[in-house]
Amino acid sequence: MSTETYALRTENLRKRFGSLEVARDVSITLPRGARHALIGPNGAGKTSLVNLITGQLPPDSGRVLLEGQDITRLNRAARVKAGLARTFQINQLFPALTPIEAITLAVTERKGTAGQFWRSLASHGDAIDEAWGILAQLRLTEVATRPTRVLAYGQQRLLEIGLALATRPKVLLLDEPAAGVPKGESAELFSVIAALPDDISVLFIEHDMSLVFKFAARIIVLVSGGVLLEAEPDVIRTDQRVRDVYLGQAHHG
Amino acid sequence: MADPSANQATIAGTQAWIRRQGRWSPYEIAFWIAVFVPFFFFPTYLTLASQIAIAALFALSVDLILGYAGIITLGHAMFFGLGAYAAGLLTKTGWGEPLTGLLISGAFVALVGFVVSFVIVRVQHLALLMITLGLGLLTLELANAMSWLTGGTDGLQGVSVWPIFGTFDYDLWGYTAYSYTLAVLFVGLLIARRIVHSAFGLSLRGIRENLNRMPAIGAPYQRRLQVIYTISAGMAGVAGALLTQTTSQVALDVLSFQRSADVVVMLILGGTGRLYGGIIGAIIFMVARDQLAGINPQYWYFWIGILLMIVVLVMPKGILGFLAQLWERIRR
Repeated sequence: MSTETYALRTENLRKRFGSLEVARDVSITLPRGARHALIGPNGAGKTSLVNLITGQLPPDSGRVLLEGQDITRLNRAARVKAGLARTFQINQLFPALTPIEAITLAVTERKGTAGQFWRSLASHGDAIDEAWGILAQLRLTEVATRPTRVLAYGQQRLLEIGLALATRPKVLLLDEPAAGVPKGESAELFSVIAALPDDISVLFIEHDMSLVFKFAARIIVLVSGGVLLEAEPDVIRTDQRVRDVYLGQAHHG
Repeated sequence: MADPSANQATIAGTQAWIRRQGRWSPYEIAFWIAVFVPFFFFPTYLTLASQIAIAALFALSVDLILGYAGIITLGHAMFFGLGAYAAGLLTKTGWGEPLTGLLISGAFVALVGFVVSFVIVRVQHLALLMITLGLGLLTLELANAMSWLTGGTDGLQGVSVWPIFGTFDYDLWGYTAYSYTLAVLFVGLLIARRIVHSAFGLSLRGIRENLNRMPAIGAPYQRRLQVIYTISAGMAGVAGALLTQTTSQVALDVLSFQRSADVVVMLILGGTGRLYGGIIGAIIFMVARDQLAGINPQYWYFWIGILLMIVVLVMPKGILGFLAQLWERIRR
């Protein structure tokens, strides 16, 4: 297993809803320490691919491998335990919990201590310390004890990432982490992502091309459920097919 | 609740904030002093007071699943009733010791709850209501049909419970009954408190707040729900057993749909997810029933209906939730 050089690999993933093919033989490989972007026009199947990889959608055929381990048949929680975490395009937070509670929850779930009903939460000092560390990394300590629902939207987006980080992922899939965040703040949000340690391999979906070119080492272009091209940013920038896809979309819609 | 003015932006401050969440508030202490009032001022109402304590324990058991884990139910009388019958039948076998009787009944009902939980955690919303309702009705009819065991509509007669600790026998005025039920309610609250303020309790709140996120942080949420459902069933069973032990009989209506509905009404009146909501709700509901039934025994539900509608419309978080909001506003 440890001899594998990739972190995540999909092999011929297929999924169709009636006549709509959301994944056509998608085979992608994420090397260790990757900073890959997944781009494509609306409806290309980017979020569906994340759902297939994380187990929210069962594929019709194909496999998902995490560091050599076939995780295609594992349920969502088991994949997280195996080291595969994700964030959501639309916030999936715990509105009444405070950030310190939410992250501590995720930490205790990872440690396997979240089922202990006989010990007070305050006695899980190490988990709380770790949660605090994550909040510090995301610059959220100032709001650690405010209910999530009163946080600024940008802070909520950071918390969304924090919950995923608390699972100590090997692979992190970020579904439009900056969605809805004002342009000025989105670069700041991405600098947090860029500062993640190298042992976390990252695949992110993003529409803002300037952010993609700035933060991605490699780019995968998805069109109509299939991989059109995977290359370095410089190649993508000048590729005629990619231009056609995006210009075409601009013309029609 | 969080104090917005305090600065918790240090790790020590945050640790302290988390400790504070689980600490006894002055209101709680005041409440547990106030429960002794009936002994001195309303000695003729001690029987009612012990009925309230039993209803409060039952409501507390429902709050654990409804208020904290978001499991709605219209059939929890199933567990209350099973506990009541278990305690009654136990004395018929010749074992009348009350404390072990409570534990045995509670353990038996928890076991039933565990079996049922496999179905419960697989359904949500309307289906969950129908499943719990169906199971409740099923149990009622089963008890009715098995009259050789339960006494059917005549009820289970001849329940004889030994004195508590071999000393305190049940008196006509209900001193022993109220002391006993109050002590059990207190222990129930201590257990519920510990659960709610544990990592497990936090996990339950996570499930209630966003079920969809839980698998994405690697949480086996169905197992969590099964555990709390089992605990809740056991607690409801203990409440039912208490009723048997303090009244020395079991009527078929311990399993009735009415009882399942009443306990939810109590909880909604008081406020869900606050531990004391069910207790306050039980006090209001039972006292109102006692007083209103004195005025007109037939139509007292009319007033409960009005009260319920007013509370739901004006105080959507229940009476305790309303008071907490009011207090926040005054403090600012």
